[in-house]
Amino acid sequence: MANLYEKYVWEVPVRVTHWINVICIALLSITGLLIGNPKLFTLSTSDYLMGWIRFVHFVAAYTFTVSVVSRLYWSLIGNRYASWREFVPFLTPEGRRGMLDTLRYYTFVSRKAPHVVGHNSLAGTAYFVVFLLYLTMIVTGFTLYSERAPLGVTHKLFGWVMVLFTNQGLRLTHHMTMWFLVAFAIHHVYSAWLMDVKEKGGVMSSIFSGYKAVRKEG
Amino acid sequence: MGDSTRETSTGAVERIFNVSQLLEEKGVSRRDFMKFCTTLSAALALPAGFAPRIAQALDEVKRPTLVWLEFQDCAGDTEALLRAANPTVGELILDILSVDYHETVMAAAGFQAEEALAKVVREQKGKYIAIVEGSIPMKDGGVYCCVAGRSALDIAREVCGNALATVAVGTCASYGGLPAARPNPTGAVGVSQAVPGAKVVNLPGCPLNADNLTATVVHYLVFNKLPAADALGRPLFAYGKRIHDNCERRAHFDAGQYVESWGDPAHAKGHCLYKMGCKGPETYHNCPTQKFNEKTSWPVASGHGCCGCSQPQFWDTMTPIYHRLPNVPGFGIESSADKIGMGIAAGTALAFGAHGLVSAFRKGDSAEGAKEDR
Repeated sequence: MANLYEKYVWEVPVRVTHWINVICIALLSITGLLIGNPKLFTLSTSDYLMGWIRFVHFVAAYTFTVSVVSRLYWSLIGNRYASWREFVPFLTPEGRRGMLDTLRYYTFVSRKAPHVVGHNSLAGTAYFVVFLLYLTMIVTGFTLYSERAPLGVTHKLFGWVMVLFTNQGLRLTHHMTMWFLVAFAIHHVYSAWLMDVKEKGGVMSSIFSGYKAVRKEG
Repeated sequence: MGDSTRETSTGAVERIFNVSQLLEEKGVSRRDFMKFCTTLSAALALPAGFAPRIAQALDEVKRPTLVWLEFQDCAGDTEALLRAANPTVGELILDILSVDYHETVMAAAGFQAEEALAKVVREQKGKYIAIVEGSIPMKDGGVYCCVAGRSALDIAREVCGNALATVAVGTCASYGGLPAARPNPTGAVGVSQAVPGAKVVNLPGCPLNADNLTATVVHYLVFNKLPAADALGRPLFAYGKRIHDNCERRAHFDAGQYVESWGDPAHAKGHCLYKMGCKGPETYHNCPTQKFNEKTSWPVASGHGCCGCSQPQFWDTMTPIYHRLPNVPGFGIESSADKIGMGIAAGTALAFGAHGLVSAFRKGDSAEGAKEDR
């Protein structure tokens, strides 16, 4: 473990959007579950409990959308670890080999932990799927939101979604995708911990500081 | 009778009708008639000043002919029109304006009845209004619904295709409705899909609200054109607003007071039916304001959630009627999305917890930190 030096990997926009996404997904999941199946205690009809829960959901939804779009934009202009190429390793033979190696490590077949500065190929692919889930949530969510104003701009913008989904199918998709994201979050925290322990590159703290410990070649 | 007569081209003597005179004969006062015109201008979302114009238009009406066709239907829309507790002005107006052909209520039968329809199409081409109730089957050449030996499709093409305008009443005539529910064995569709060239206005609902039919016809008589419609061909005055937004129980929704089961205290107090599967948040209709049976009530007022009957394919797209969410396909009928979701989350946590335990006690992994990029 010689020749370690600190390397700036995650730029500010990457870290900021990461943590905004964390907060938004937490808020959206909790308020979303309450909107889908309200378990509220209120005695007075003059309360506005559900109103506020929906308000928080919609504000968090807009914030999340801006965050995701910003991150997508940054994948075009950010450093190599933020680049969109990190998320499509399955397009290159090298990336596919990396995915297989990582999978072999995860399934205890191999003892060689993946050594990469940014995302390992399997993680990059997982985030690609997660971005698809994000887009599903944003599109289905705004389509449902647009139902409040049938002649509004959003309703016209998302009219095509109602051709792809039935009304109830849209609700079910929006609901189930949340659970997939919850499952992803559990896996995400776990594998960050695993890599922090095995790789000893400080991956856990790197999402706060932006720096990882990297070994100099030779 | 104070009406005048004139001779038609065929030599027959025809009475020229005057609506306000006729209403007077039927015991409806001028005051009631003006009240009706005012109500109607409200239903059409017009300023109150339009009431005299509506009255004038109705006074000057020269009896536009209506033909009422029934295809794959239950006559529920006919019932909705006829079954009012007292004959209303609106009903009388439709009575006066109509109806040269209506299978359920006409006295004529057989060839005589069919001749009446043929006569309208022949002599008043492009001048009569066709009202269609029920869906039109398209499969196997349309053999699944035939009237007087002709398929519904054939009749609709001729009658609706030559009409001034067609009003599709009820969800079946508008979008196929119940006959079109999966698996749609007869290939049922609505009028606008069966006869693409026809000028159709859709008045879905199961049944339609007869007030909306009166308003649509009167709109036509006053302005000489059909009312502005949304992307689904429904007039905006009746279908432009969401049920949820005009619902009398909306305050309970925003507060967070919900009926949890039928007959519970919240149900007795009239709280929101959202958790009982009410589809008001995704249905567009004027039920909460216009109501049914002379503004007596509507489903949510009587304690039952909206089932979205005025939306296309509601039997497939708005079900289950009594639950917010449908079940996840392929997981049996008692599996809700949340149960499966929690299973996925717990399964993930368990799997990675176990993986973590194995990893923690596993020695000899090569771990030398990330290599510098080349």
